[in-house]
Amino acid sequence: MAKSPPLRLLWLQSGGCGGCTMSLIGAQGPDLVRSLEIAGVEIAWHPSLSEETGSEAASIINAIAEGREEIDIVCLEGSVMTGPNGTGMFHRMAGSDQSMMSVIEKVARRARYVVAVGSCAAFGGITAAGGNEVGAIGLAYDGKQAGGLLGEDFRSGSGLPVINISGCPIHPDWFTETIMQIGAGAFDERDMDDLQRPLNFAGHLVHHGCSRNEFYEFKASAQKLCDMGCMMENLGCKGTQARADCNIRAWNGSGSCLDGNYPCINCTAPEFEEPGHGFTKTPKISGIPIGLPTDMPKAWFVALASLSKAATPERLNRDATSDRLSALGEGKRRK
Amino acid sequence: MTKRIVMGPFNRVEGDLEVRLDSSEGQVISAEVTSPLYRGFEKMLVGKPMMDALVYSPRICGICSVSQSVAAAYALAGLGGRSVPPAGRHAVNLVHAVENLADHFTHFYLFFMPDFARDTYADEPWYQPVAERFAAVKGTAAKDALPARAAWMEMLGILAGKWPHTLSIQPGGSTRAISRSEKVRLGAIIAQFRLYLERTLFGDTLENVAGLFSADALWQWADQRASATSDFAMFLQVSRKLGLSKLGVSHNLHMSFGAYCLQEGHFLKRGAWQNGGPAVLALDRIREDISHAWYRSAGDASGPLNDFPVPDYDTSGDAYSWCKAPRLDGAPVEVGALSRLLVDGHPLLRELAANGANVEARIVARMLELALIVPQMEQWLAAIDTEERFIDHSPLAEDGEAAGLTEAARGSLGHWLRTRNGEIEHYQIIAPTTWNFSPRDAQGNPGPLEQALAGTPIREGEVEPVAVQHVVRSFDPCMVCTVH
Ligand code: SF4
Ligand code: SF4
Repeated sequence: MAKSPPLRLLWLQSGGCGGCTMSLIGAQGPDLVRSLEIAGVEIAWHPSLSEETGSEAASIINAIAEGREEIDIVCLEGSVMTGPNGTGMFHRMAGSDQSMMSVIEKVARRARYVVAVGSCAAFGGITAAGGNEVGAIGLAYDGKQAGGLLGEDFRSGSGLPVINISGCPIHPDWFTETIMQIGAGAFDERDMDDLQRPLNFAGHLVHHGCSRNEFYEFKASAQKLCDMGCMMENLGCKGTQARADCNIRAWNGSGSCLDGNYPCINCTAPEFEEPGHGFTKTPKISGIPIGLPTDMPKAWFVALASLSKAATPERLNRDATSDRLSALGEGKRRK
Repeated sequence: MTKRIVMGPFNRVEGDLEVRLDSSEGQVISAEVTSPLYRGFEKMLVGKPMMDALVYSPRICGICSVSQSVAAAYALAGLGGRSVPPAGRHAVNLVHAVENLADHFTHFYLFFMPDFARDTYADEPWYQPVAERFAAVKGTAAKDALPARAAWMEMLGILAGKWPHTLSIQPGGSTRAISRSEKVRLGAIIAQFRLYLERTLFGDTLENVAGLFSADALWQWADQRASATSDFAMFLQVSRKLGLSKLGVSHNLHMSFGAYCLQEGHFLKRGAWQNGGPAVLALDRIREDISHAWYRSAGDASGPLNDFPVPDYDTSGDAYSWCKAPRLDGAPVEVGALSRLLVDGHPLLRELAANGANVEARIVARMLELALIVPQMEQWLAAIDTEERFIDHSPLAEDGEAAGLTEAARGSLGHWLRTRNGEIEHYQIIAPTTWNFSPRDAQGNPGPLEQALAGTPIREGEVEPVAVQHVVRSFDPCMVCTVH
């Protein structure tokens, strides 16, 4: 079989922090360059990686925007900046007098696949926090609201809506796997959840595989950041609602937020940036957390919790508020 | 006859950059540096619970996210009430150093060196091996460096949960206590990175490189390594051929807020440096000028604890950037690895920058920091007592004001905040590239890069002058930090 020509990928950045790119170049097994090769994807232009600068870069972008050059995949990192007053001039494309907003729209409408990389590009993300004076929105969402820059009914050349690889930042594998699926012609609507997020990560809850699951079962809770107990009751952990596989798929070789001893802030979800309470606090009504797992009757949860609390092994009670595990128990360590 | 060149989008810098040049007779006469993106973190933070600064501020920048956390944590710690236990201090320094060094490493391999693989240089005698090694994405260096960098970041999986945007760095230390076995694992990761640096980047031990105390010693070393594997020596040879020590010269004041807090002060000293000698670092004389930036003033312009410029996009006046112009006692200041080592007193850098900071000295300083800091990290790790606490949780004052000052890879970073009833009432950030890439101020003083670009040669027929690219990238600019 003849080898098909590589898929060409254009990557633009707008109202974001570059953290998704930085995370992505940390891809491991295989690294980013190998992953792209395996996926059969060639970079037409990427702001951090390509040689072309200035007018050379602009001519690549313009050729795509004007349809003179075909493009298979357009990725956006960072939110679309619509302000001030809808002009988009909070981000002007350097070297030109166009707003980035208009450039993004033009190239996205030419692409076979449009990928929002990170929660900024997907939903507006952190850039939309604090009253959003800059008018940050996502490609196909404005927070939880479908629409965004491209509109609710947008479909790219392949017939798919925007693929929202959300996360702040993304895990490198979320991107490389999606690209490999696209490259293999094996990515379609069945591979996305209701917010258009690839199931390669959104098919899980952060709670899955959390090393604190045993504490969760017995409602043995952490009190402060550094404790080993479950962080749902007091420290704002949203792992039971957050869709991502952070505790199954290691970050940076072996970590996760939870393993770092701080809570899940649900950064793959729209509007995570405005939780309405302190990120590391659990809002409660008469002592009961209001953000309980959504798919379980509240009364049952409360009843089960008080039962399991009564049955908590002493070891878990102690470790829940300690910064180290004592699974061995006193006196079992070899002296 | 002067000619105007507009360069942008400038890539292989973090974020967005535009540079406008007036040139005449083959050289740059004057430059204007523009940051065309504004996001508004300073406004975003007002009204938030004060501890949430630790969630928002790292997201100013995905490349120095830990530095932002450190600055925010120091600022919160400045409200009083916590003392970081030694193990926590070492852990935070390690996390911070991993990021800073990763930055130098990434800059060298992915951002700076690929320019020497440009066609412009195709006829140079040194071109072939350099192009094979450093061509963007396709060169052998990218294939070597990416896995080495990723393996290095495993430090942060263990010490900080994840990178970028960790929450592990707190005013009282680090949330993550490490065990005896994890300590050994961290040691192995450092050893592995050292091996890469010694075999591939330097072709010599870190100690030998850190001990190059004079320009003579450096050049002798580079000549000896001509045939061996040494990416750094390859840079030095190209630098000598192209005269990079004469390029991008600035005569600015340099400053460092001090890097890596130890019990006895900073590992790299805090201070200022000017014209070959120490200068005053009057922290209370820091102001941000907005005469040439798209803001109008609010607050009383008496310093970052009281000033609060608000965005005002209007292209009819003198303004040409979203970057403000921070000044120290009215003067523009250069910051970065070179500035840090000048302040700290490394004799090699003091000699290389004796006639002004330049492209070559800026790169050498970064490489030298790799050689200087990795051995320190080995010592900080060794000093961690795994039985000790890593964090202090004593309550912080809910009302107060404080500054958090640190050094990111690219230079001095400060967060200034005021809180009331546990909420943020005021927050101002001055990032390293805000200093380096600032526009003109009310006195007409150009920012450090604008100064450094004057006199840069332009080759016959060049549209994107390659020397300008070397100068700009020698600062390793980060534009998302710059305007935040
Ligand atoms: S999603 Fe997060 S990491 Fe990615 S660009 Fe936005 S702020 Fe940065
Ligand atoms: S800490 Fe969060 S993710 Fe882990 S078990 Fe508790 S609720 Fe689940």
